[in-house]
Amino acid sequence: MRSSLTKYIGLAVLIAVALYVPFGVTERNWLTPLNLAMAAAIGAIGLNILLGFTGQLSLAHPFFIAVGAYGYSFFASGSDPLTKAAAETDELSGLGLHPILATLLVLVVAALLGAAFSPIAGRVKGIYLGIASLGLVFLTDHLLQNMRSVTGGFNGRRVPVYDVGFTQISSCRPKECVVNGIPFGQPEKLWYLLVVMVAVSYVLSRNMMRGRPGRALQALRDGEIPASVIGVNLTRYRASAFMVSAMFAALSGVMYSLANGNITPSEFQVDTSIAFLAMVVIGGLGSLGGSIVGALFVRILPDFITRHGDKIPLVASASDSGGLKPLAMARFIYGGTIILLLLFEDDGLAGLARRVRRALSRRSPGEPADTTPGVGELQTAPT
Amino acid sequence: MTRFFQFLADGISTGAVYALIALGYVIIFKASEVVTFAHGGVLAIGGYAIWYARHHWFDGDGQANFWMAVVVGLLVAVTISLLVERLFIRKMQSMSASIIGICIMTLGLDVILETYTNYGVSKSGTELLDFGNPWGIGAQTIFGMRIGDARIAALVIGAVIIAGLFLWLKYTDWGVSMRATATNQEAASLMGIRLGRVAMVAWAIAAVLATIASIFLSAAPAPGFDGGTGKLAFKAFPAAILGGLDSPGGALVGGLTIGIAEAMTKGYQSNLTFLGAGFHAVVPYVVMLLVLVVKPTGLFGSKSVARA
Repeated sequence: MRSSLTKYIGLAVLIAVALYVPFGVTERNWLTPLNLAMAAAIGAIGLNILLGFTGQLSLAHPFFIAVGAYGYSFFASGSDPLTKAAAETDELSGLGLHPILATLLVLVVAALLGAAFSPIAGRVKGIYLGIASLGLVFLTDHLLQNMRSVTGGFNGRRVPVYDVGFTQISSCRPKECVVNGIPFGQPEKLWYLLVVMVAVSYVLSRNMMRGRPGRALQALRDGEIPASVIGVNLTRYRASAFMVSAMFAALSGVMYSLANGNITPSEFQVDTSIAFLAMVVIGGLGSLGGSIVGALFVRILPDFITRHGDKIPLVASASDSGGLKPLAMARFIYGGTIILLLLFEDDGLAGLARRVRRALSRRSPGEPADTTPGVGELQTAPT
Repeated sequence: MTRFFQFLADGISTGAVYALIALGYVIIFKASEVVTFAHGGVLAIGGYAIWYARHHWFDGDGQANFWMAVVVGLLVAVTISLLVERLFIRKMQSMSASIIGICIMTLGLDVILETYTNYGVSKSGTELLDFGNPWGIGAQTIFGMRIGDARIAALVIGAVIIAGLFLWLKYTDWGVSMRATATNQEAASLMGIRLGRVAMVAWAIAAVLATIASIFLSAAPAPGFDGGTGKLAFKAFPAAILGGLDSPGGALVGGLTIGIAEAMTKGYQSNLTFLGAGFHAVVPYVVMLLVLVVKPTGLFGSKSVARA
């Protein structure tokens, strides 16, 4: 029972770390990048369902993330004094719904939009869906720029706070609550909300992928004809995978908007599609936990380089402008990481972790080697 | 009515440029069975190399200098494209990686190529790299329409290249081996066709087409070359998809279709305000989505039928 014991210990460590983060992150402004990365993790899990489990490429993720972010702002704006005032001056419309109701509504809207795309998402295969969904990304930008009363156009709009009765997540004056010397403001509370959301997304998606739907999707990915022979309705499963992934993306969008405080169209472009693909590939196709790690890596990298640019070669520091901009450096690194991982370890970090585990268990002769295949191992499709 | 024909002429000229890029996608797909997202990166590298050579090595006046720079740009783009094919695509294919895996890898390559050109643009100190007026600034009056020389050049050069390519595909040995490879790789290989060489020729041709397209996308009447020029290659995806991705003729029709659709919505945008400002920029994608709803395999694509 070694493996289940290590699992529980690992889980306990993970929970302890998650609880400790707001107290351990001494540089206050680090928590917002961490929150943004956690928000992205939810979207990466959703994309992995589509890409890793179903074998469908989608670049339309920014569209559904934008649906989440703008949808939440639209439904919930006016529920707090700040956005109420902003809405009156900028003529932005909002329904003033309760934040939780707004979140649920957004998920419904994303599911409906995902379903509306199903004539394409269900029938267009693999890489072709990738190109078709590219259309949605460019359409996103056009809609965000032009539907001014909802989106605020080029300047975007402010995001209403998450007021859940007993506490206002994302707006608390630092002096109101201090825990153990740490001012407990909006990023700290949001962090815990995000930890819960990521955990819920992970468990939900894992159960879904281990159950009947997940097996059907994997069968579909590994061979259409065998899958249809054993009774998998290809069109329906492709379309529903797209829909589920859209809902995860929308939840990720809600969380992104809360962590960022305001939203502008520049955040929902092709670059974001590619960044999300990078998260999934780096984490490992078909590894849901890997997606979380991949999201943290891709999202935090630019901030890390910005803060430590003076110690990294080739990066422009404040004193000389001849080097690379931090964002450019980050793009080089994650672009290169995708390429190298696909060339040498196409199960991503999850695959690397498995290799390390195997190497370790081989070295200790007393322990029987762990022969149960990981989620990722079911992926290696014979092509 | 003159206005209509004016827009039509503009559209055909833009469409020719899209067709050049889309043909690159199609040729690569036929030879390597890969959809490359790095095409925009190759286009950007080619365009940037042209500007760099023109600016640093051939900075005198006169057409000859410009054409020397174009030659440099073509060489750079072809080299990069061949390296992509040899080092990355073939390596992944030899590992029998999935097509999706290869496509995502080309996205990674695209990120690197475009980040590099962006870095070059930002280092040059200006936002827009000036390509000058290689075709002159004159305009001709044809059937009562004023059409700029640059548009005529795009149309004529595009038409000549595309016609040449079609003849080449139809009549030369290389063209025949490429079509054979596209039809059945294994059989072609057994007939003595060297698949590796066919793939290399295809990637080289695609790079040439993309670089020529980059000139038309950057030189007047376009404002200039910037970090977003490579992204314009995405706009040719709809053209390639409309044609079904494996049909050169389809890519040509697709390119012209989206070129005309874009020019028309741009020309009549004052009548189309309900669609929002700048709708013409997304028209290609809207057309693509509409076509895919009706025919998921594209208009001219060959349907692959499987029997269980």
